[in-house]
Amino acid sequence: MGLESWMGDGYIATKLEDVINWCRKNSLYPMPMGISCCAIEMMAAAGPRFDIARFGSEVMRFTPRQCDVMIVAGTTTYKMAKVVRKIYDQMPEPKWVIAMGACTSSGGMYRTYSVVQGIDQFLPVDFYVAGCPPRPDNLLNALMLLQQKVQRGECKGTSPSFIGDFRRHTESKSVSK
Amino acid sequence: MEAMNKKVLERIKAKFADTTFESNEFRGELTIVIPKERIVEVCKFLKEDKELCFDLLADLCGIDMNTPSKRFGVIYNLYSFTTKHRIRLKTFIEEEHPKVPTVTGVWGTANWHEREAFDMFGIIFEGHPDLRRIYMPDEFEYHPLRKDFPLMGIRGSLDLPKK
Repeated sequence: MGLESWMGDGYIATKLEDVINWCRKNSLYPMPMGISCCAIEMMAAAGPRFDIARFGSEVMRFTPRQCDVMIVAGTTTYKMAKVVRKIYDQMPEPKWVIAMGACTSSGGMYRTYSVVQGIDQFLPVDFYVAGCPPRPDNLLNALMLLQQKVQRGECKGTSPSFIGDFRRHTESKSVSK
Repeated sequence: MEAMNKKVLERIKAKFADTTFESNEFRGELTIVIPKERIVEVCKFLKEDKELCFDLLADLCGIDMNTPSKRFGVIYNLYSFTTKHRIRLKTFIEEEHPKVPTVTGVWGTANWHEREAFDMFGIIFEGHPDLRRIYMPDEFEYHPLRKDFPLMGIRGSLDLPKK
């Protein structure tokens, strides 16, 4: 931009939006919507071995009003769908959703009358994490890609992607220095 | 026939001499088919009799035989802590009037089990104190474990929140 050379090494010129997004992406508070067995892997991701704190997301909040990203981890039934949606609605904007595991993404092995065949029927999903249940690494992968997405300023299910499919997220705009 | 099974059957037959009971034993497990009118009396007798003392209703479940007559059934699995013995009672009902008297008065635990059988099969337990659905939403109109219910459900029967 040229401003830096004029002002010296101690200054960075950037857009306000980029700075806010940069702050946001490094302290995503997850809402642990642990409905079934995927929640165990989500807890493992928060534990010392996988350590979600490396990405600034260790603060699992049990009130939706303090959360940025909802990790839906488990089989979502029609009865539960209303609850999930209600909690999502209570989260402040901007907000993101990670659909963790096969059941959440597509109904998984529960091809039956009581299970919603993919939570994208009632929620805007940003990331689908494959696995039954996914390894904690996979969840962390989703979180890292989510950070790139936050940096780009996208939310509410724009350009959702599947973990394992990197084509869309190989490039990320970082804070212009 | 195993000695304890024999004893149970003999005591029931002696007590309810006016009724005929079908029964069979498979691998030491006694099953008795009881007409639905007598089910509460028989259960009460089995529980309160000093020598049998079936004080635990281990499970109660519904069944859909998918037959023209006697389509639905209710199965009671009993256990006795004193004699360490298990037996099974069955009762069958017609599709037009799927009604069975409740055994909540005998074993309190039957309350939720009967709600489950009602939810899944539509079997109505007469005299039940609180016969609501236990799994499915209250506004749901069908009984999903019936054999004629499609696996993927009926479109529009369960609503989702709007996206």
